[in-house]
Amino acid sequence: MTQLIDELFVAAFDNPWLSQRNDQAAIELPEGRTVITTDGFVVSPLFFPGGDIGMLAVNGTVNDVAMAGARPLYLSAAFILEEGFPLGDLARIAESMAAAARTAGVAIVTGDTKVVQRGSGDGVFIATTGVGVAPPGVAPSADSARPGDAVVLSGPIGDHGVAVLAQREALRFETTVTSDTAPLAELVAAMVAAVPDIHVLRDPTRGGLAATLNEIADQSAVGIVVDERAIPVRGEVRAACELLGLDPLNIANEGRLVALVAAADADRLVDAMRGQPHGRDAAVIGHVIADDRRFVQMRTTFGGSRLIDWLAGEPLPRIC
Amino acid sequence: MRYLDEFRDGAIARSLATQIAERAQPDRSYRLMEFCGGHTHTISRYDLEGLLPANVTLIHGPGCPVCILPVGRVDQAVALSLSHEVILCCYGDVMRVPGSDDTSLIKARSHGADVRIVYSSTDALALAQSMPDRQVVFLAIGFETTAPATAAVVLRAEALGLTNFSVLCYHVLTPPALDALLGPPADPARPMAEIDGFIGPGHVSTVIGAEIYRALLDRHDKPMVVSGFEPIDILQSVAMLLDLLNDDRSEVAIQYRRVVTWAGNRKAQDMLAKVFAVRDAFEWRGLGSLPDSAYRLADRFAHLDAERRFPLPQHTVADNPACECPDILRGTKHPLDCRIFGTACTPETPVGACMVSSEGACAAYYTYGRGREARTAAQ
Repeated sequence: MTQLIDELFVAAFDNPWLSQRNDQAAIELPEGRTVITTDGFVVSPLFFPGGDIGMLAVNGTVNDVAMAGARPLYLSAAFILEEGFPLGDLARIAESMAAAARTAGVAIVTGDTKVVQRGSGDGVFIATTGVGVAPPGVAPSADSARPGDAVVLSGPIGDHGVAVLAQREALRFETTVTSDTAPLAELVAAMVAAVPDIHVLRDPTRGGLAATLNEIADQSAVGIVVDERAIPVRGEVRAACELLGLDPLNIANEGRLVALVAAADADRLVDAMRGQPHGRDAAVIGHVIADDRRFVQMRTTFGGSRLIDWLAGEPLPRIC
Repeated sequence: MRYLDEFRDGAIARSLATQIAERAQPDRSYRLMEFCGGHTHTISRYDLEGLLPANVTLIHGPGCPVCILPVGRVDQAVALSLSHEVILCCYGDVMRVPGSDDTSLIKARSHGADVRIVYSSTDALALAQSMPDRQVVFLAIGFETTAPATAAVVLRAEALGLTNFSVLCYHVLTPPALDALLGPPADPARPMAEIDGFIGPGHVSTVIGAEIYRALLDRHDKPMVVSGFEPIDILQSVAMLLDLLNDDRSEVAIQYRRVVTWAGNRKAQDMLAKVFAVRDAFEWRGLGSLPDSAYRLADRFAHLDAERRFPLPQHTVADNPACECPDILRGTKHPLDCRIFGTACTPETPVGACMVSSEGACAAYYTYGRGREARTAAQ
């Protein structure tokens, strides 16, 4: 059985390292800062409009590498399968990972598979590790935001979270929203080429834009002010959130990024982003201020302001 | 989004704010209580208090079904989830309400209880149908707004002859709570807030109708405007209340005309009458024990009543003395008056129920209003 699964991955991922059948892959890296990251993927349902767990496992890690301003090059993948998981579904996930890896320009060079007893897992869990290289001098970090910086968002928020929510068994509503899951490596390469001195790069995944902005404010010891009108949210996403009592700011994204740069660099960065498929709707949504309380505030359409807070735990639907 | 964006329009809001300022007579004050937690949430999210003149103040009422659930009732639900091998289904925001000894349904889940969040009472019923060998209990909370949805599944379970489904019914009623807010305090040491008029419940009134408030408010000589939940709705209701107060008219008016009628939803009312009986009294956090203020299942449906089917602890538990929730729910204190607000008590580690639900006054201030403290304190 295990051999069968190995064959399936070797065929799908098809690259010289994997074909050597070693327990490791030996790789050469170009000059620059080496970047490494790892992430575990547990998602329910496994397949959702616009993607599946395999695509997420590649794009999520590719994007984490890219958020260091680096070009992702190699991935490893570990699979924990629940006994009885349909082989057809696994093949579908492997094909989807292979396609995502091709799109992102990375090779899945080594991996491992374990099968656990029925009931000890939830179908399949995937862990991926990514390696990439950042050009010399490019070193964005969440503690590098400075007062005066512009906050740039790459596109509309909430698509992924709503697409997944809509498929949850207990919820199931019809929507045309599909996940925004996408590799951001090309976008980041274009951004770094236009503005090497990007202060902060983050992808607002779990916890949404609200969590990401709060992390940046906290780590950089600054305040952030964003403009409600400048943050794009699709009508379908707003409607779904309205119905469920959720805030799009707290909803997960898988193909968006936030960049903080000096105000003077903002226009050049936005222009470069808009030339890329995953940055077409890029816009400046706010700016950084000095604030010891590290608050993230939003100027509302009413001309007032409100706090954008971290969310305590999972977003819980309101009763009425 | 049609029918929403219009009610969130900044220019209309500023125009209404100007109208309110013109109507507010400088020599008097207007203390208006919004009954519903949904209103409190909107007021805080859109910073509506910032648009009002200093002599028009909003007092946040007890209309959050999660917040008024007393500790003893939370303990019952937790005990049921832990000791009888049931699947307990509940609405999301009741999960974190603290019971005694640092318990809650979300913590019970980490101790092995099978507690599941549902979006609708029908999800709980469907679960019972799909798992005939498990007992499924629906924790029914809410005012008259959610009670018809509970009534519908009780009737459906009865028609299907389900033996593995029951309801733990904590539905509460709005008019008795309004009456209590305007009447003499149960405990003279804990007075009620001074209220000049009410921003009345919107969705509750779609079910029970606005007519029911007329006699009640006439008796207490106070006006009410039944209001929608969008910021423009609330500002318009404030303007309407100021008109009524300036003319000294203790009337009930409906601002939320797009859904509220004087008679309400007769079909829903018939279902409520069929399925529920009114309890002699029910304990409300903050307001104490109020007569005729909650539903239980009618005797005809006793076999679907979790309170009668499972032995549950029966006790009343005092609130944490450091927590000001009782005074906040009666409108005599502001969340920022509480010593543990934002320190010991946060949405992550709530001490009082007002910090749990996003409709609770404390959670609304914590989530949206920190940073506005200076202005509020200055008032």
